[in-house]
Amino acid sequence: MKRGWIGSALAQALVYTFAATGIAAAQTETGPVNGAIGLQPAATEVAQDIANFHDLLLWIITAVTLFVLALLLYVMLRFNKGANPTPKKFTHNLTVEVIWTVVPVLILVFISLFSFPLLFKQERIPQAELTIKAIGNTWRWDYSYPDQGVDITSLPLSEEDAKAQNRPFRMAVDEPMYVPAGVNVRMLVTSNDVIHAFSVPSFGIKEDAVPGRINETWFNVPKEGIYYGFCQELCGTLHGFMPIEVRVVSKAEFERWVQSKGGQLASAEPAPAAPAAPTAPAPDATPAPVAPATPG
Amino acid sequence: MATNQTAHADEHAHGDHRPSPYNPLRWLFSTNHKDIGTMYLIFAIIAGVIGGAMSGLIRWELAEPGVQIFWGMADAGNLGTDKLFSVQMPDGSHKAIFGNEHGYNVMVTMHGLIMIFFMVMPAMIGGFGNWFVPLMIGAPDMAFPRMNNISFWLLPVAFALATISMLVPGGSMGQGFGGGWTLYAPLSTSQQLHGGPSMDLLILSLHIAGISSILGAINFIVTIFNMRAPGMTLHRMPLFVWSILVTVWLLLLSLPVLAGAITMLLTDRNFGTNFFNAAGGGDPVMYQHLFWFFGHPEVYILILPGFGIVSQIVSTFSKKPVFGYLGMAYAMVSIGVIGFIVWAHHMYTVGMGLELEAYFVAATMIIAVPTGIKIFSWIATMWGGSIDLKVPMLWAIGFIFLFTLGGVTGVVLANSGIDTVLHDTYYVVAHFHYVLSMGAVFAIFAGFYYWLPKMSGLKYSGLLGGLHFWIFFVGVNIIFFPQHFLGLQGMPRRYADYPDGFAYWNYVSSIGYAITAVGALVFFYMLLDMFVLRRRKLETAENASPWGEGATTLEWTLSSPPPFHQFNELPVVAEEKHH
Ligand code: HEM
Ligand SMILES: [Cu+2]
Ligand SMILES: [Cu+2]
Repeated sequence: MKRGWIGSALAQALVYTFAATGIAAAQTETGPVNGAIGLQPAATEVAQDIANFHDLLLWIITAVTLFVLALLLYVMLRFNKGANPTPKKFTHNLTVEVIWTVVPVLILVFISLFSFPLLFKQERIPQAELTIKAIGNTWRWDYSYPDQGVDITSLPLSEEDAKAQNRPFRMAVDEPMYVPAGVNVRMLVTSNDVIHAFSVPSFGIKEDAVPGRINETWFNVPKEGIYYGFCQELCGTLHGFMPIEVRVVSKAEFERWVQSKGGQLASAEPAPAAPAAPTAPAPDATPAPVAPATPG
Repeated sequence: MATNQTAHADEHAHGDHRPSPYNPLRWLFSTNHKDIGTMYLIFAIIAGVIGGAMSGLIRWELAEPGVQIFWGMADAGNLGTDKLFSVQMPDGSHKAIFGNEHGYNVMVTMHGLIMIFFMVMPAMIGGFGNWFVPLMIGAPDMAFPRMNNISFWLLPVAFALATISMLVPGGSMGQGFGGGWTLYAPLSTSQQLHGGPSMDLLILSLHIAGISSILGAINFIVTIFNMRAPGMTLHRMPLFVWSILVTVWLLLLSLPVLAGAITMLLTDRNFGTNFFNAAGGGDPVMYQHLFWFFGHPEVYILILPGFGIVSQIVSTFSKKPVFGYLGMAYAMVSIGVIGFIVWAHHMYTVGMGLELEAYFVAATMIIAVPTGIKIFSWIATMWGGSIDLKVPMLWAIGFIFLFTLGGVTGVVLANSGIDTVLHDTYYVVAHFHYVLSMGAVFAIFAGFYYWLPKMSGLKYSGLLGGLHFWIFFVGVNIIFFPQHFLGLQGMPRRYADYPDGFAYWNYVSSIGYAITAVGALVFFYMLLDMFVLRRRKLETAENASPWGEGATTLEWTLSSPPPFHQFNELPVVAEEKHH
């Protein structure tokens, strides 16, 4: 995957690894990096599209801003009262007026050529192999895996615990949300009380958790690792203290985790025992789940 | 500007029985648009100082990870005297003056509300609008002088209610309301979290501030439509008057929607209605639609008068008429109209569905076109001019550049696909501070330095004004530019504390605040120097128009300060040489 211009300079700095004790192997952790100036490294295809689109926009807006700055500096020097004692009196020039109306329109049309496809990709949820429901509460996240029968409550580590385990304070939690790598995951997001928002920047997702509504989004993370996110809708005193930690693990490890939480494995796979279940992948499903040939 | 010269001579004869400034009744019962304008400006300065101090506490708290002044819930038990802003209670325990993270949220909430409703709007519309709309259209006063009085005096009442709201119980989380200036339900209606009287007081405060603005808006509309001097057709009005006209229409059409929305909050809280309560069949997202139907026009209410001020200043100091006058006026009108159909770009993540999002992306991006027309027309006004970089012009040029920077990040945010990562992060905070803290505030300072000699008849030190500008320019950029980085890295807004990964740029940002605060001190020293220490009067030759030939609008035909009552005989505006 191509990284943009800021990316290439900072790619090294952005992906950081620190040995997390208590986890079998050293894991890649993706979250905010001190001093970084760009987006977090993309962990999903959608996030990569966002990053590319943002790079494109950054070029455009930087050019526009510098153009305006250059014009301002030019008129300040060329037409200051020392250099130009007698002002001209013109007030119209049809040509330039047409240009500065039409050119911005063209730029915006150009932008929308990229904007809408990205939006469609985010909003059209492909066929998913795993469904997870994130439920916001004041002030913690609950995760429920309806097909596996797993329900967990995720609380941030206290400062002492985080220090003791060498984990990042205000990001690490006691019960992370586990997902298998390379699988389409459908996130259902809702709330039990006030509005929260479930977001993982490196996945390119953010979905408001609104009481009485179930919002949907999706992601597919190919690379194993730990990814951090935040509650991003003001929800009261501890709004800043309900972080999101997602562990993307191998399928085998995910299964072990489901079992350790007392969940049912069978339905974790795309219904090997239920050929009647709708298996036709949506046309835009990427990648389509592998449907097992032999019915149970 | 061709005016009836005899009118000018006349005013000194019987227009100038100016009551003593030390008579409180002059101010309390004032029906004079200039006195009321002055009160609005002083009110805005006071509110600005309070709101600015609050942002100081915010930046202090965020200077480093961990708690600095808003002692967390975890610390409640073991607060000692060594902690900043902790006081000993009669029972020997220690309490944090500003409270915990909820106290921080209260601070963020009130900072936003105060800056919007009690600083920018009073300064631009109440202050400059009152002072200069009548002067610029050649009217003796506002159409409804007594209504003008009540418009102003409702504001301190509203401000008092807002202040009390901070001090009374907010609910289980502590004193004050900490739900953000957007007052989103159900956080704002939750009996459990915000069950106290605080939020109710805040709702009443906004109701009263809203009534004040609606009355003011009616007053301006009638004044501008009915009280223009002979020959002052709509298409000859100075752009500042156009900007106020569009602004007050936006106020008149959008504020009632806010009033309705917050009334529903009030009844949801107190009378058992369920407008925004999902459990009772209501919809919290509907509140957001109502709020932003007001809220997006509101952000243009905050900036349009600034557009007008900058147009006057750029033309004056380039000694050149405004380029593309009609385009400028109708760009503002179209911004106002389009501003009503883009509101849901503040809500891309509520789950409104693909079609709606796509529509709001398209509509939002369209606004950039008239905005671009304005920016390029200002530059074209300077082009070929004879530019005098006096203090007001510095602020105006600073405005054009920084507003552009804030505008282009708006175009980024308009794309729902990207807003998915940037919504509710510091990128948004950076965006709206570039258009407000630097856009609107720079425009206010530009107007202040432009019209202060006219309003007072005194000269200020250009050196201090310039120093103020440069310190501010550097300071605010150091505060807000790094916030783009924080937002791109995912830092959420309205967090009292943050992980270490956000530490560096937060620290830089807080240093920027300290620089800006020094700039504010220079501003107050400039005022002290101008009004108390030196009190230099404008020389007779430049008394009417200290800015020379470039200043062509009607206020510059009057003395400085203008007579207490002006234009007893209406000026006549000639066909040529308008705006
Ligand atoms: C080029 C024109 C502009 C565009 C396209 C634009 C777009 C946007 C968008 C899409 C957002 C929502 C971001 C989010 O919450 O995720 C936003 C937020 C905001 N904008 Fe703009 N904007 C523009 C100009 C302005 C101007 C002129 C002002 C005011 C002077 C302004 C003030 C604000 C404020 C206050 C917010 C944040 C409100 C809040 O959430 O508290 N914007 N803008
Ligand atoms: Cu939250
Ligand atoms: Cu908006």
